[in-house]
Amino acid sequence: MLEIRDLDAAYGDIRVLSGVSLTVGPGEIVALLGPNGAGKSTLLNAIAGLLRPRAGAVRWQGEDLTALHAHLVVERGVALVPEGRRLFGTMTVEENLELGAFAARARSARAAGFERVYALFPDLRDRRRQLVRALSGGQQQMVAVGRALMAQPALLMLDEPSLGIAPRLVASIFAALGEINRAGVAVFLVEQNVQAALTLAHRAYVLESGRIAAEGAAADLLRDPHVRRAYLGPLAVSRA
Amino acid sequence: MSVLAQQILLGLLIGGLYGLAAAGLSLVFGVMKVLDVAHGELIMLGGYAAFFAVAVLGLDPFGSLALVIPASLLFGAVLYLGLFAFVVRADEETRVKNSLLIGFGLALAFHALAVRLWTADERSIVTPYGGSVFMVGDLAIPLVRLLSLILAFLLIGGLHLLLARWRWGKAIRATAEDWQAALLTGIDVRRAYLLAFALGTALAGAAGTLVSIAYSVSPAIGLEWTLKALIVVVLAGLGSMLGTFVGGLVLGVAEAASAAAFGGAYREIVGLVIFVLVLVARPKGLFGR
Repeated sequence: MLEIRDLDAAYGDIRVLSGVSLTVGPGEIVALLGPNGAGKSTLLNAIAGLLRPRAGAVRWQGEDLTALHAHLVVERGVALVPEGRRLFGTMTVEENLELGAFAARARSARAAGFERVYALFPDLRDRRRQLVRALSGGQQQMVAVGRALMAQPALLMLDEPSLGIAPRLVASIFAALGEINRAGVAVFLVEQNVQAALTLAHRAYVLESGRIAAEGAAADLLRDPHVRRAYLGPLAVSRA
Repeated sequence: MSVLAQQILLGLLIGGLYGLAAAGLSLVFGVMKVLDVAHGELIMLGGYAAFFAVAVLGLDPFGSLALVIPASLLFGAVLYLGLFAFVVRADEETRVKNSLLIGFGLALAFHALAVRLWTADERSIVTPYGGSVFMVGDLAIPLVRLLSLILAFLLIGGLHLLLARWRWGKAIRATAEDWQAALLTGIDVRRAYLLAFALGTALAGAAGTLVSIAYSVSPAIGLEWTLKALIVVVLAGLGSMLGTFVGGLVLGVAEAASAAAFGGAYREIVGLVIFVLVLVARPKGLFGR
């Protein structure tokens, strides 16, 4: 359903992605792992239409997304929760969620969208009239996920949703991602918390220096010595 | 004492127009990160549009707003599509530089055009209620100026509601705050830019109408109004239209008080002093977010 083939991307003269190919199937949870600076965010931004790739294709349900403006990518059912959340801080929780349903595909389902988000994150219902910047990091991340869900996506992409968030809230956000997936939404997850990501995901790719260095079923990667050494630390290796 | 009170009242009355003049500039700058230094010239053109709507078509002076506002809206859309749409494709730093060049060019062109078409004479719309003044205690309140202040307030209130309630109003606010995040929620930010610029131009047209009713219009007033608007934008900060209105009132009163204290010669300097003081003490303005 999402098929990326031979994607090259660069910022000016600095090449960030070289020949990246990967797929995310319907209903799948796919994790993208890799060190800082590997190009993970760049890949998500290229899919979302914020960045024009140099070469290669991003096909989504048969259509090439690289030709579309970012707002039309949302309209096709691909939503991104960006790194650092990027919420509208001077607006309320409710206004942020409402803007999430701006795309035509989502507008008629707005009421159902609100219910869905509040059912996933009950905290937000009580805080819907509060300004987003007054919330904790974890609550803000819930709003960010909720805002993307309001677009009624068929593919939800997340860039480091656990970054700077209390562990308890990370667990509840990951639980919500599982629940979103069970409702039929494919999830493409960039995450530094490798243990949590591989526990949740079905499959995963490892991106290093702009190239796919490894791929496989999440359970297999979790046992892979290279992955464990590089991303789970020495303790994990000795316990394996 | 009553002389000072009278001065301050007159300052308050013109301050409302400063606020209205600044609202359009603030909207355009806040949303597009583009500094339209031809904003005062747009006010000047609005003033002439109203003048001729009254003189030629025989409209009621305040009623001419019903014509000038939609015409300015359309004119703003054309200006955006013809000139500023190319500027917003650049990154933010380049945007400001390029928009300054375009803005100064436009200001010169509009000024020259206005002199050519309508001569450099000062004109003012003559209202049927003319110079009527009513007294509250010792204070003399000119009726048209009071009506202008009230209309300026209503227009800014209307804009505030539009930005708070309308679907695209919220999209404009979202774009002002973070245009990439706005794109990710499915907002066509270029359309948000177009709307913001058209609305900003409509506000300039409305301000020009009130200026030519309550004061006067000539081809040369543009720069002065651009400066007033800039001072108010810095004074009030971005992000709140009602704050911008209050900022306008503050500038009007400050100018009047200083004129009363030091004489009228220093009137224009007060605004610039406030401009610098606010930049030093509160870079985000009194009401900025």
